[in-house]
Order: sequence, then C-alpha cells, then structure tokens
Amino acid sequence: MMSDTGSGKSAAGGEGKPDLGRRWVNLLLGTGIISTIAAFIYPAIRYVIPPPVSESTNLSVVAAKVAELKTNSAKVFRFGSEPAILIRAADGQYRAFTAVCTHLGCTVQYRPDLHEIWCPCHNGTYDLQGRNISGPPPRPLAQFQVHIQGEDIVVVRNA
Amino acid sequence: MAGLKRRFVDWLDERLGGGSIEEFLRHKKVPIHRHTIWYYFGGMALFLFVIQVLTGILLLMYYRPTASGAFESVQFIMTQVKFGWLIRSIHSWSANLMILIVFIHMFSVYFLKAYRKPRELTWVSGMLLFFIVLAFGFSGYLLPWNTLAFFATKVGTDMAGFVPFIGKWILVFLRGGNEVTGATLTRFFGFHVAVLPGLATLLLALHLLLVQRLGMSVPPGVEKKIKEGQEPERSMPFFPNFLLRDIMGWYGALGVLGALAAIFPWELGTKANPFGSAPAGIHPEWYFLFMYQTLKYLPAKIFFINSELLGLMGFGIAGAIWVLVPFLDYKTGFGKVTRFFTGLGIFALGYIIVMSVLALVG
Repeated sequence: MMSDTGSGKSAAGGEGKPDLGRRWVNLLLGTGIISTIAAFIYPAIRYVIPPPVSESTNLSVVAAKVAELKTNSAKVFRFGSEPAILIRAADGQYRAFTAVCTHLGCTVQYRPDLHEIWCPCHNGTYDLQGRNISGPPPRPLAQFQVHIQGEDIVVVRNA
Repeated sequence: MAGLKRRFVDWLDERLGGGSIEEFLRHKKVPIHRHTIWYYFGGMALFLFVIQVLTGILLLMYYRPTASGAFESVQFIMTQVKFGWLIRSIHSWSANLMILIVFIHMFSVYFLKAYRKPRELTWVSGMLLFFIVLAFGFSGYLLPWNTLAFFATKVGTDMAGFVPFIGKWILVFLRGGNEVTGATLTRFFGFHVAVLPGLATLLLALHLLLVQRLGMSVPPGVEKKIKEGQEPERSMPFFPNFLLRDIMGWYGALGVLGALAAIFPWELGTKANPFGSAPAGIHPEWYFLFMYQTLKYLPAKIFFINSELLGLMGFGIAGAIWVLVPFLDYKTGFGKVTRFFTGLGIFALGYIIVMSVLALVG
C-alpha cells in the first residue's frame, strides 16, 4: 500500500477505499501549515493597528483671549486631538463648534463676508448655529459652550 | 573585440540555455501599421518609472519622514543641497508625466482592443499597475507635509472609512490612528518607498513577461485588412530598430523633464498645520480631480443612503468593470468588435476629461 508514494490519489482512489494513513498525514500537515500561517499573520495584522492613544480628557480649553477676537471674525484652536473653531459673530456673541467638517473631515473656516462657516474642500456651508445649510455635509457641526472667565474665553465640551 | 563579445555571449548562452539572448533579440518583432505610435507609451511609462526609482533613491538621502522634520527636510533639499531643487522637481514632474503616460497607454490599449484573448492577464496586470501608480501618487503627495497634501490625505483617507464593514479598519490602518498625524506620514513613507515599489516590481515583471510571451497585439481592424489582403503584414525587429526609436523618445522625455524642472520648479507650499483651517481653492492632484468633482456634485444623501458610500460604490463598480473588460468583452477575441465597449471607453474618457476640466475652472 505504501509503495505508491508519489500519488496519494491512486493509492486512495484506485481501490475505492480511502487511505486513512495518508489522509491523516495530509490533515495533520495541512492543519499544521495553516496554523503556522495564522500564527504569523495574526500578530502582523495586530501590529499594523496602532495602539489606542489615550483621548484627551480635557473638557475645557482656553480658546482665546477676549482682546484677541474682533467682531465678525474667528479663530481655529486645538481642542483635545481635534481642531475647533471659535467665532465672534457680527452681533458680538461668541460661538464655538468642532472645526471638523461632517462631510470628509476637512477643517472648516469662518467666512466674514457671508457670515457662514465654510468648508473649502467640497464647498459645504453651515450657518452660525452649526447647521449644514448647503453642499455635501450630512450633519450639523457639534456645538460647544463658551464662557468668559476674566480675560480668557473658555470653551467647554458637554460631558 | 568582436571575438571577445562573441565569446561572452556564448558563455552566457551556455548558462542561460542555447541561444536564448540572440533568439530573443532576433525574434521579437513589432508590427508596423497606422497605430504603431501607441506601442511607444508602455516603454515610455517604464522609462519614467526608472527615473522615479533613481530620483527617489537620491531624495531618500536627505528626506526625514516625521511630522516635525519632513517639511524642513524637503525645504533643505530644495534650498541647500546642490541640485536638490532639480532632483525633487524632476521626481514630481516625472511622477505626473508618468501618470499621464500611463493613462494614455491604458486608453490606447483599450481602444485598440489589445486586451482581447489571449492578452487578458496582460490587461489585468496592467490595471493593477495602474492602481499602484495612483497609490504611489497619493502616498508621495503627503511626504512633503504641506497644507495641500495634509488636507488631500485627510479627505482621501476619510473616504476609505465609508467602505462597508471594514472602512473604519482601513482608515485606522492607513492613518496609523484616527487622525492624520505624523504616524500617517511615517506609514505613507513606508508604503511609498518599500511596499509599493516591491509590488510594482513583481507586477511589472509579470506584465513584461506576458508582453514578451504573447508579442504585440495588432488591432482588429488592421488584422482584418491583413487577412483580406488589403494591407501587407509589416513589422520591424524590436532590436535594434524599435528600441532605438524608444530611446529617441526617452531622450526627448529627459529634455522635457529637465526643461519643466528648470522653468517650473515644483512648489513646496506651506507647512501643514493640523489645527488650522483648510485653505480656499484646495483640490487634489489632477488625476483625482474627476472623482473630487463628482463628490462635490453629490448631495448629502441620495435615497437615505450616504452619498459618499454611493460615490465610492459607483467608482468601485466602474473600476471592477474596467479591470474585467477582457472577460466581459470576450467576443472581441473572436474577431467581433463590440460597439458597446468602444462606447463605454469613450464615455469613461469623456467623463474623466469633462469632470477634470469642470474642477479646474470651477
């Protein structure tokens, strides 16, 4: 039975009965090789996924000084790991939003000529309530609270 | 001298198999007909790829792939290193020319139906090379870490996030985190100088081997005329006749590259600021403009489906059809030219041109 070493098929199929010994060897070899490959691939896949960076737990940040912003202007500042935008509207009121466009993640800017928030990447616009009013953005911008503490303009994220 | 050359060729032949080099040189023929000009574009793309490899290696001597050092290192190459401006400008110009030539090569092969049986795999390997070339462009664009590149990468990788089920995974894999940061830059650098060149070399070897084995395709129209005796079957030897013409073309390309690099040195722009607004007038490189413009026209939602997903699916399906064209248009292999696929090609080309022009003027 073992003389026909070159072809497992003929040994197994020729007499119509499976050659159990050869099937076992193939099964063991196959499982062993697949496990080995899996043992190499799994760590490689886990390796390319970066470890989570601890999210900034900052719920508030000093976005600007009171003297810094004129009416009808804005400043993009860093809030945790993302950019945010502080706007002093034409009526003098402060508003703050995330500056990450809800479309494809570009950083938005304030358009003093239109009194709107504008994303130059795909021409999306938001009103001063953060609502998406034209172009491709699918959702409004998340709004933050603004507090004046002495000379500082403090932007607070809702916990 | 001639005797020495003869002995060297014989020595090689003995080791590589009888007469293989001379066989190869003698037997490879290039057909001559009114479309012969299109045969030059593949070789031209290959030549520009070699320029990319050589200038890329030179840039590696000074480039630093970190968020704090990348922009400054390219600035250093452009302003301090002798001929640095030239090397970098040629790398950028040659990249753009290569992509243009690859587009022309692809469409000429498409319209001349050179993908038909038995050259299906040549087409598929060529299409994979095309995607690799685009990936080269996308990853290389970020490396100088300037404002335009930063936002182009942000948008491009954000789109990958819309792929169903594994989108988030792809996004994190590409960015090396949730945001575009220095980790993204390091990753893109790895893709650009190690992963993509490796893949490109393998596929290029396969592509060239297939071209070698199957020879040049003669367009169906010309083939028919030859069969009917209306046109004589003419050809020239690849070596030296065609190769010398190739080299003339490459020489010309070198001149064009040098002139472009000297007259229009590639700009560096301003350093990327992850916490600054995207500047007005931002747009991706010209070869992605048609997709960019399409995205601009799509509203936020179409039938309650996110339009980015829809756009991505549309381009995905179109790309898959394009790759599989030799199998879909199998009738051309039997000498029946299907008008539908010619029309499809004209539509694709027209769409790309019209959308790109709209993006440039709008």
